[in-house]
Amino acid sequence: MSARRLRMHPRGPKRLPHRGLIMAVLELSRVSKSYITHLSLRKYWILRDLSLAVEPGEIFGFIGTNGAGKTTTIKLALGLIFPDSGSIRLFGEAADRVEVRRRIGFLPENPYFYDYLTGTEFLDFHARLFGIGAADRRRRVGELLERVGLGNRGDRQLRHYSKGMLQRVGLAQALVNDPELVILDEPMSGLDPIGRREVRDIILDLKARGRTVFFSTHILSDTEMICDRVGMLVRGSLKAVGTIDDLLTREVRFWEVSIRGLRDDRLPCGQIVSRREDLVLARVESQQELKRLLAFLDGRGAALVSVTPGRQSLEDLLIQEVRSAADAGDALPAARDSGEERHAG
Amino acid sequence: MLARVSAIALNTFREAIRNRILYLLLIFAVAMISCAQILSLLTVGSEEKIIKDFGLASIELFGVLTSVFIGIGLVSREIERRTVYTLLAKPIHRFEFVLGKFGGLVITLFVNTAVMMAWFFVVLQVKGIFDPRLVTAVALLYFQFLLITAIAIFFSCLSSPILSGVMTLAFYVIGHLLWSLDLLRDRIASPAGKALCGVLYYLLPNLGNFDVKGEAVHGLPIPPAAVGFAALYLLLYGSAVLAGACAIFQRKELQ
Repeated sequence: MSARRLRMHPRGPKRLPHRGLIMAVLELSRVSKSYITHLSLRKYWILRDLSLAVEPGEIFGFIGTNGAGKTTTIKLALGLIFPDSGSIRLFGEAADRVEVRRRIGFLPENPYFYDYLTGTEFLDFHARLFGIGAADRRRRVGELLERVGLGNRGDRQLRHYSKGMLQRVGLAQALVNDPELVILDEPMSGLDPIGRREVRDIILDLKARGRTVFFSTHILSDTEMICDRVGMLVRGSLKAVGTIDDLLTREVRFWEVSIRGLRDDRLPCGQIVSRREDLVLARVESQQELKRLLAFLDGRGAALVSVTPGRQSLEDLLIQEVRSAADAGDALPAARDSGEERHAG
Repeated sequence: MLARVSAIALNTFREAIRNRILYLLLIFAVAMISCAQILSLLTVGSEEKIIKDFGLASIELFGVLTSVFIGIGLVSREIERRTVYTLLAKPIHRFEFVLGKFGGLVITLFVNTAVMMAWFFVVLQVKGIFDPRLVTAVALLYFQFLLITAIAIFFSCLSSPILSGVMTLAFYVIGHLLWSLDLLRDRIASPAGKALCGVLYYLLPNLGNFDVKGEAVHGLPIPPAAVGFAALYLLLYGSAVLAGACAIFQRKELQ
């Protein structure tokens, strides 16, 4: 792990370039969390010494494999579970203070809500919990239903909603108080491509309104697309945090060449990745190899369809971090236990 | 605080009244109360007593079942289905959540008991019977339902719905047999045994305080002091149980 990647701010307010002294919206400082199995009474670590700071107005993507501890981190931040050690602060206040939650919106993973309430009743109920008056509630609920694409479905009971609709109404309840910090646990899961795009648009819209968004996800392409910063959690430890440009090597690592009309499979360099009818996809590792390949094709009468530079993706980085953690024997006892997957989420 | 508790209570009530289990229980209760009239035909001279006895017993049975089966799911089901996550991420205290859930069932049971009582009085009216003591008896049954609900919520904060159901039903049975513990205390020789019986007698819920069915059926007077004591007992014992439930839930890890 290069020092360049780890730009964490474990304690207190920090000074950012051009912005002066600012208070982190969400700040975890050396947080550890374990659980003890009922039968063997063994202690398993879910998170170890996690330090993280989310800055105001940013979209922060929290990525990691299953069981890395993403959902556990979110639950700790919301006071749903308690840390073994370390401190968690929201807007500079202790995270277990109830009043600070007025400034937060939260969407859990795979949300499951009250079956017998209609969408409108459900949102109205959540708005009541913030003490919003009847007229404002009515207006706000209508607006939110429109915003998440459920404008004409508000009178249906939630048990008749599809998974995607539940995700949308869940997102609406997270925004019912117009929160300054929106925490979303896997907001894209269960959504079709259109739904995913709509959620991405809502997240970008929240940022445009000056709100902070912290979301966990497996869908790394979305993360690359919309996040200002990314935190990568591997087996309970934060392996990398920073902007996409900080984290990823932007130089070209390989080239993919699409060729039509190549008769045989022999190439002067590189390798053929796939062949579909007369379309061949080849991969070469350097610019010199690319030049050799293009010269080779020129003499063979094959048509060059496309040349695509291959850059490192978040997925490459995540896989690399997971492998290096495993190679380094970095596995927490919990990571070897299948039960941990369930707990850590 | 009150606004948040009442919002949760109203939501719980709304969920409960749309739950088919409640209607199923209510239909059975109404059917059983109606059966009292048929059963009364089998006896000579004590038709009125049979109708009253069977009617009150039906109200008690279905009221207790509603308290237990809806009560045990109030908190644990919310955790199991993870609906509690979105609620507790809002600016509400955990005790407000528990009290709101209890409040919702208080309203549900009130409506439930009122419907059963109304049908009971219709059945009695057919026979030309009216006795105000029956209203008192049903009111005390309602107090009992509330206490059982508090116990169900207590166990619901502590363990799974099945175990909570078993424990709550066990407390209901023990609560009606507590007089035997008092009797045992008088007969037991060992001082330690006597002390244990005494502690258990006062620690366990004495549901006999809410039982005036005998007086109501046989036309005996129900002293206002007994009603007052039952109300006070519900208030103190119920508050203690709910406080225990809130304390447990306060530190519960919502996995």
